[in-house]
Amino acid sequence: MLSYAVRRLLTAIPTLFVIIAVAFFMMRAAPGGPFDGERQLPEAIERNLRAHYHLDEPLVMQFGRYLGNILQGDFGPSFKYRDFTVNELLEAGFPVSLQIGGTAILLAVLIGTTAGAIAALRQNSAIDYSVMAVAMTGITIPNFVVAPFLTLVLGVYLSVLPVGGWGSLQQAILPTVALALPQIAYVSRLTRASMIEVLHTNYIRTARAKGLPEHVTITRHALKAALLPVVSYLGPATAAVITGSVVIETIFGIPGIGRYFVQAALNRDYTLVMGVVVLYASLIILLNLCVDLIYGYLDPKVRYD
Amino acid sequence: MGSFHRTLTGLGLAAVLAIASAVTAGAEVVFHRGNDGEPESVDPHKVSGTWENRVVGDMFEGLVTENAKAEPIPGQAESWTISDDGLVYTFTLREDARWSNSEPVTAHDFEFAFKRILAPATAAKYATLLYPIKGAEAYNSGAAESADVVGARALDDRTLEVILENPTPYFITQLKHYTAYPVPRDLVEEHGDQWTKAENIASNGPYRMVEWVPNSTITLVKNDQYHDADNVAIDRVVFHQIEDRSEGLKRFRAGEILMYPEFPVRQYGWLQENMPDKVRTSPYLGIYYYTVNTLREPFDNPAVRRALSLVIDRAIITDKIMGTGEVPAYSFVPLGALNYEPAYADFKDTPMADRIAEAQALMAEAGYGPDNPLRFTLSYNTSENHRQVAIAISAMWKQALGVEAELYNSEVAVHYNDLQNENYDVGRAGWIGDYNDAQNFLFKGESRTAKLNYPRYSNAEFDALMRQAGETIDLEARAELMHQAEAIMMADMPYIPIYYYISRNLVSPQLQGFEDNIEDIHRTRWMSIAE
Amino acid sequence: MTADSLSAPAAAPVRGRSLWDDALRRLLRNRAAVTAAVTLLMLAAVCLIGPLLSPHAIDQVYWDRLSLDAAAPSWDHWFGNDANGRDLMVRVFYGGQISLMVGLTATFVALIIGVTWGATAGFMGGQVDNIMMRIVDVMYSLPFMFFVILLMVFFGRNIFLIFVAIGAVEWLDMARIVRGQTLSLKRREFIEAARAAGVGTATIIRRHILPNTLGPVVVYTTLAVPKVILLESFISFLGLGVQEPLTSWGVLISEGAKEMETAPWMLIWPAIFLAISLFCLNFVGDGVRDALDPRDR
Repeated sequence: MLSYAVRRLLTAIPTLFVIIAVAFFMMRAAPGGPFDGERQLPEAIERNLRAHYHLDEPLVMQFGRYLGNILQGDFGPSFKYRDFTVNELLEAGFPVSLQIGGTAILLAVLIGTTAGAIAALRQNSAIDYSVMAVAMTGITIPNFVVAPFLTLVLGVYLSVLPVGGWGSLQQAILPTVALALPQIAYVSRLTRASMIEVLHTNYIRTARAKGLPEHVTITRHALKAALLPVVSYLGPATAAVITGSVVIETIFGIPGIGRYFVQAALNRDYTLVMGVVVLYASLIILLNLCVDLIYGYLDPKVRYD
Repeated sequence: MGSFHRTLTGLGLAAVLAIASAVTAGAEVVFHRGNDGEPESVDPHKVSGTWENRVVGDMFEGLVTENAKAEPIPGQAESWTISDDGLVYTFTLREDARWSNSEPVTAHDFEFAFKRILAPATAAKYATLLYPIKGAEAYNSGAAESADVVGARALDDRTLEVILENPTPYFITQLKHYTAYPVPRDLVEEHGDQWTKAENIASNGPYRMVEWVPNSTITLVKNDQYHDADNVAIDRVVFHQIEDRSEGLKRFRAGEILMYPEFPVRQYGWLQENMPDKVRTSPYLGIYYYTVNTLREPFDNPAVRRALSLVIDRAIITDKIMGTGEVPAYSFVPLGALNYEPAYADFKDTPMADRIAEAQALMAEAGYGPDNPLRFTLSYNTSENHRQVAIAISAMWKQALGVEAELYNSEVAVHYNDLQNENYDVGRAGWIGDYNDAQNFLFKGESRTAKLNYPRYSNAEFDALMRQAGETIDLEARAELMHQAEAIMMADMPYIPIYYYISRNLVSPQLQGFEDNIEDIHRTRWMSIAE
Repeated sequence: MTADSLSAPAAAPVRGRSLWDDALRRLLRNRAAVTAAVTLLMLAAVCLIGPLLSPHAIDQVYWDRLSLDAAAPSWDHWFGNDANGRDLMVRVFYGGQISLMVGLTATFVALIIGVTWGATAGFMGGQVDNIMMRIVDVMYSLPFMFFVILLMVFFGRNIFLIFVAIGAVEWLDMARIVRGQTLSLKRREFIEAARAAGVGTATIIRRHILPNTLGPVVVYTTLAVPKVILLESFISFLGLGVQEPLTSWGVLISEGAKEMETAPWMLIWPAIFLAISLFCLNFVGDGVRDALDPRDR
């Protein structure tokens, strides 16, 4: 299993290289540059700026320079946040996104699987319908509606929680909940569907026929098998959630990295875009590996070769 | 997992903070101040936005600074003399001018700062503001290799001599701008780009920075070395960067911040009804306008441009769409420009019906009518307000002239890139004065302005008047020349003025010392917090 | 739409009661799914016909209804007026047309690219498969927003291109599903037989592989439509949505969310329409999945 993991990670290196190249050249091909904006620069100044950031060199040379730098772990200076390097921005922001996103995913797994499993066991009962109705609502209402609604009611009207900002535990509650809601909804739907399927399989019938206590059947056999599709959903979903959400971060004023995915691309902050792209791609690769390893644990039929 | 660990450290930190705040005298006055953007930098040579000015202006002080009304008052210079030809300025620095690390602020720091912001390698976005200084443009644009050409020189530690290219009546006003702030020479040379890090930085203004959490907060504390420190009432300023206006309003309402420099325009009525004592609006030195690409047909025809301008009912835009006190604009230079009377378009007081009739005649003459409607694209950068204005104006054009304007919005980088490269028909833009002088607006019509002259307006007479004004010392004569130039521009209508900007602030009644002013500059130094 | 894609292949193979007939019967017996499908069709019809019956145009500004007080729902404007004094009802209908069209078009593009890509990779196998799936891996690892923003910047705001752009990013899952199916199909006897009879690769894929992968593809498709509609609303929230005067539910909702306190009608109406259609689309999707997968029952 270890050699499998190592092999997977080694084959990821060329993939990562291609991702960097694609992102780099696509970004540079986009119209508009990092110095275009409401406040326009005289030509002489723009020339100075371009020279400062080596943007006046041929593109291939810039790419080579960039690759050389990231091999040394240096993502370069940010174009937009001129007092920070990309490394500093990611180091400051990623733990924040990881904390909110990680908690949200944890909530999604705990609440989502429990609710989904209960709904499946009581299929077509009132509990089932209400769980599914709540889940469906969670999916159909965009979080840029849910988040401002929560801040308005709980923050402004009732003043029980802070509206925004970052630093205290209270300030983390609303954004975590807003981020977790749609994930809880997805996970519970997935769990329910696959649980229903598993409960109809022969080996569960066998387990029941053997007279195993119901809770053992459910937790040790059914739930374990039912989690497979949930796990494969959670791989990429975790990567997406722990790299932050631009909606949640702008609405709650949270210093995570989610906003960089959007703003850095809009600002043509070339280095910062590349930084988040590399981070995201690495996480996806890593989490997909985790998914495969967890699969092996949950489903004995899976073999690594 | 991570969050649990975070909680523990959080508790630990809270305990430390509690002890720390118990040690310092309990009465620390903290000001939670909302800001509507994340600064690019706190290096005064690298910033360019109003949201950056708020932070940087609390940290640094130029030769000249501003009072609560944003009027120029002596800052680090206690006095100055101006030669008779208006070209040589000699400044004497205060004896007690000090950096927050107790080093004295010297004339050498200023000379170093002026040369640094102009150095091509610094790549300062705003270096053009110092171009009135002799040799500044040549050095900055690379035409002159050595910084020695720049007309700024420290005669001794406390005396600075600045030589100008042309007499520039607004030079003293301009010196309060952040481009003219000094930087601590020793620290910049020691730390390079890293000098603005909280652990390295020293500043010479009322506050110094102690922490910057990107996209969250910047914390400043009072600088004990500041010459007027005794009169600074607020001990600690926490700038909260909140870009979303609705969220800024909510946090203000929840009492998390005492001031926020914006609010959602559409909610003005609601705000006036529910919290009238907290909403502040005031005239602002800026113009909201549409630019017309004069290189494209039929916009090369001034009559067509005039017709488009004639039928815009500006009162509807200002009262119904914006409605926060904006003023309909008929000149390119906003109201309140120092020593200047704007030259208005001649139809300013003509009733709408007559204006529409004239416009229809002009369009018919140009060959457009109901059978042959004029079609073009109206571009604007993505924003709620710009969108609403564009919808209203295109509806006015359609109703009065049958013009079919297709709306096109793009994000800000693409939009301004298009404007600069004349890749548009009619486009929305705005200009906010960098310093209070009409020249800072009218230069956008000069043909030598090149890319920043979006319409590519070119009128020899206008150019000649502006050049002449640039060489005139007498304020009245100069104002008259610029007034004539603006009149020509308004007749040609390359820019269609829509409204003069207004500044919008949410200010808690607890916060005292806030004064509305045309530059919308409010330094924390002048404020205090009532219990 | 659903009925169409189901009945077409049903006609092809002649073997009495096919899988497809069974599925259709099961689907029609699923009351929730049928109700949802009918509601959805009615909603679509309202969005299509509503604007024709309304006396208001999509871009007509009512100057007297610009202020907040005058913009509330009234006898002339049932849903109220938007921030520019335009009739909200007609805009919600037009928005529905765009949103539903976005969902369908983007999913269709994803379907075409994904199925072709996946089937080709799976059937060709070897190096071709390896390279093609590596490309999918690469695209999968690029942040989705990065893609969307760049595509918008490249293609401007042409609404048609937005659909294509979204579809061009959404096909990855589809390709993976189809490839998996193809891999297991291609060792089956009837494919071997076709190959032995000298049938060309393209024909085998088209005639034999594709029809047999349709089950999971249809399921995926019905669930992708609501996903794409939500995605469009997210893009609108970022201010990158369709150009004025056109609109979509996403645009309307993100405008309304900013004024939920002062002008709640601007949020409520489009939100109701969006929620109902997403509900229905999900129910239909679930129904189709259950119908095609008899193991469940």
